[in-house]
Amino acid sequence: MAADPAQTFREEAAELLVQLEETLLNLEQAPGDRDLVDTAFRALHTLKGSGAMFGFDAAAAFTHHLENAFDLVRQGRLAVTSPLIGVGLAARDHIRALIEDAAGADPAGGEALLAQLAEMVEAPPAGEDEGEGWREDGEPAPAPRGAATWRIRFALARDAMERGTNPLLLLDELCGLGTATVTANTDDLPDLDDIDPAALYLRWDVILTTAQPRSAIDDVFIFVLDDMTLAVESILAGEERLGDILVDRGAVAPEAVEAAAARQERLGALLVRDGKVSPDGVQAALAEQKHLRKEGEEAPAAGSIRVPAERLDGLMDQVGELVIAQARLKQMIAGGDLAQVKSIAEEIERLSNGLRDTTMGIRMVPIGTLFGRFRRLVRDLAKALGKDIALTVAGEETELDKTMIERLNDPLVHLIRNAADHGLEPAEERLAAGKPAQGRIHLAAVHSGAQVLITVSDDGRGMNAAAIRAKAEERGLIAPGAGLSDGELFELVLQPGFSTAAQVTSVSGRGVGMDVVKRNIDSLRGTIAIASRSGAGSEVTLRLPLTLAIIDGLLVRVGRGRYVIPLAAVEECVELSQAEDRRSQGRSFLGIRGELVPFLRLRELFACEAPPEPFQKVVVVSTAELRIGLVVDQIVGEHQTVIKSLSKLHADIQSFSGATILGDGTVALILDVPHLVELGQALEQRLQDS
Amino acid sequence: MEILTLGLQGEIFALPAGIVREILDLAPVAEVPNAPPFVGGLINVRGKVVPLADLRVRFGMERTPPTADSRIVVVEVDLDGEVTTVGLLADKVHEVTDVAEAAVEQTPRLGMRWRPDFVKGIGKRGDDFVIIIDIDRVFNTLAADSAALTA
Repeated sequence: MAADPAQTFREEAAELLVQLEETLLNLEQAPGDRDLVDTAFRALHTLKGSGAMFGFDAAAAFTHHLENAFDLVRQGRLAVTSPLIGVGLAARDHIRALIEDAAGADPAGGEALLAQLAEMVEAPPAGEDEGEGWREDGEPAPAPRGAATWRIRFALARDAMERGTNPLLLLDELCGLGTATVTANTDDLPDLDDIDPAALYLRWDVILTTAQPRSAIDDVFIFVLDDMTLAVESILAGEERLGDILVDRGAVAPEAVEAAAARQERLGALLVRDGKVSPDGVQAALAEQKHLRKEGEEAPAAGSIRVPAERLDGLMDQVGELVIAQARLKQMIAGGDLAQVKSIAEEIERLSNGLRDTTMGIRMVPIGTLFGRFRRLVRDLAKALGKDIALTVAGEETELDKTMIERLNDPLVHLIRNAADHGLEPAEERLAAGKPAQGRIHLAAVHSGAQVLITVSDDGRGMNAAAIRAKAEERGLIAPGAGLSDGELFELVLQPGFSTAAQVTSVSGRGVGMDVVKRNIDSLRGTIAIASRSGAGSEVTLRLPLTLAIIDGLLVRVGRGRYVIPLAAVEECVELSQAEDRRSQGRSFLGIRGELVPFLRLRELFACEAPPEPFQKVVVVSTAELRIGLVVDQIVGEHQTVIKSLSKLHADIQSFSGATILGDGTVALILDVPHLVELGQALEQRLQDS
Repeated sequence: MEILTLGLQGEIFALPAGIVREILDLAPVAEVPNAPPFVGGLINVRGKVVPLADLRVRFGMERTPPTADSRIVVVEVDLDGEVTTVGLLADKVHEVTDVAEAAVEQTPRLGMRWRPDFVKGIGKRGDDFVIIIDIDRVFNTLAADSAALTA
């Protein structure tokens, strides 16, 4: 499969543009940071160079001007100012447009940007603004200072520890210089009887890859240099044959290596057996080999590769089918006594579980990649609304399935827009209310069991419960004077067409959106909770499952149907005694170890006709702080559940979040626990009210 | 045009052959509690979870238990712009055959027992007539119909 080079460039450019945007935003915060200026310049330089190479001439020519400006910044001839960053960001967007669709980009907008840029640069030296020869004049981007790999062998004096030298500190200091692999050599260690506990018998070999100069290594030993043996040699990453390393290190003669290699066994083992080298000598060399291999690999690939998303999806599908097949195999042999087949089946189960976890891991992306995009959004919103807004984030390292991340973008953009426009007051109003002039929007992500909580909060004016009530009554969504809690009132804003904003701004207020946010989150099997205090701000919490693909489930039977309950939601399973069963008829609570738990009889909910089991079971499930019992006929056991979504035909049946295929090939529905908990709580409320 | 003919309660109906993906023997059906009876079940079609629809419900026919002739016709339906795989329960599947395009056009408006909007046309095959079902219509009017029912 030959990749389209233009497409490859587009992907690379997309990454560079993200990096550029981030760098420009950072630079706005820290205008004096030379590293950031260099990073921006390098990104532009690479964009220009590869753009020209792949035939994106318009993008390359345009980029050239921005690159020139940043070259001037680099030379200290142009200051980093907010307007410059503004033009830089706009120019970045223009470059993106040029790369995506050169014909569709707005040439007038580009000219205007260049004019602004030229004004800031103030009469650039003649010849440079003509763009002629720009392919040649761009000096190569400064490469990161070359990292070198050193082999450091040292032995301290035997009485070094008695004299107060701590070799561990020296090693720590060495390791601090870069990536290091440390091997201790115990060749000199005497028999236990002869050991002097205060003496130092060990020698060390350290393979260090560092960008620091050689002198930095010598500096580590500066206080002990007089009384030790130290050898520091430079070695090349990539040199990796064990024999070569041993010879190079002088641990063994070349002939010994050749003789051993001729015998076609593991070289290290042979040399040790032949007494040509001590086991520690080989260990040290092996460690070096490993270190070099690692460095050699990391250098070009930077530890990650780019994989088309559809291949990952394909992999996930196949793993899903493997998991189903494995579950079938397990079920099929569970009854028999084929001990050998069983052990193979267990092995396959272990492997497929591992494969499942790895595959899911590959698909997990830190949410920081998404949060990063919002810095620009908030900056632009602040400018458009004339407000001073700071965006703070927490939990950027929280990982989520990649499809989840992609689908969270729009809802989060909407929530942030809302917070910036409706939530945060203008500066005067804030100061009058005794708040700092700068408004704050906070984005946070945190894992909570098998779910992820994402909150968007602001310290603005909060939501006006009275206004929402009035609006809802006006629109006939609630009866006048209905007894609703503030939380329930706030959730009304998730209804289509609901907006209390007195005026429509370009940013928001048209009342489209919150219902779309809700639809998006629903489709991800998530929930939305809104909290707000008048004058103190609002907080919207999205509760989402970690993944859309596979979960651990508890398989239960209700009547003839089998259902899966997500195991993460299950707290405990108890048996419902017949006496308790009779007592609880017509009641909404079950006594479980002295605690009253509201419950739902799934048989009734699902209108089962088949006769009930004499002993009903209760599965206690919970979401957040609420819990309810689900009464079922039988608990079948744990089940690896590959989630298949339901078609539109069943989209309005809220008790189920999806379906899965069981070991025997039949279909089982997955219970939507948050919805059932809601249902149970509502039922309890009704019974209490009546 | 090419059609697949199938039997529902002794009547012969037809589907455009182009939308048919495969024909399966009856498989175990998982009931979906509280779902409309027309699409009350789910089946496993080669590792995919597919809704199973019973056209007899939609056409107001009696539902009789399956027989040895019962089959599931897997078709692709356009649901509100989204192509969805759906299984259709059939009492019997007859054959794939050709009918003349011209004959399909003349839908007699009178004397028809079936809702005219579910009928794409009448195919003439020898001396017999077959009713060609407008399957997209059958599915896409579902929400409106159930709303009308509850209203």
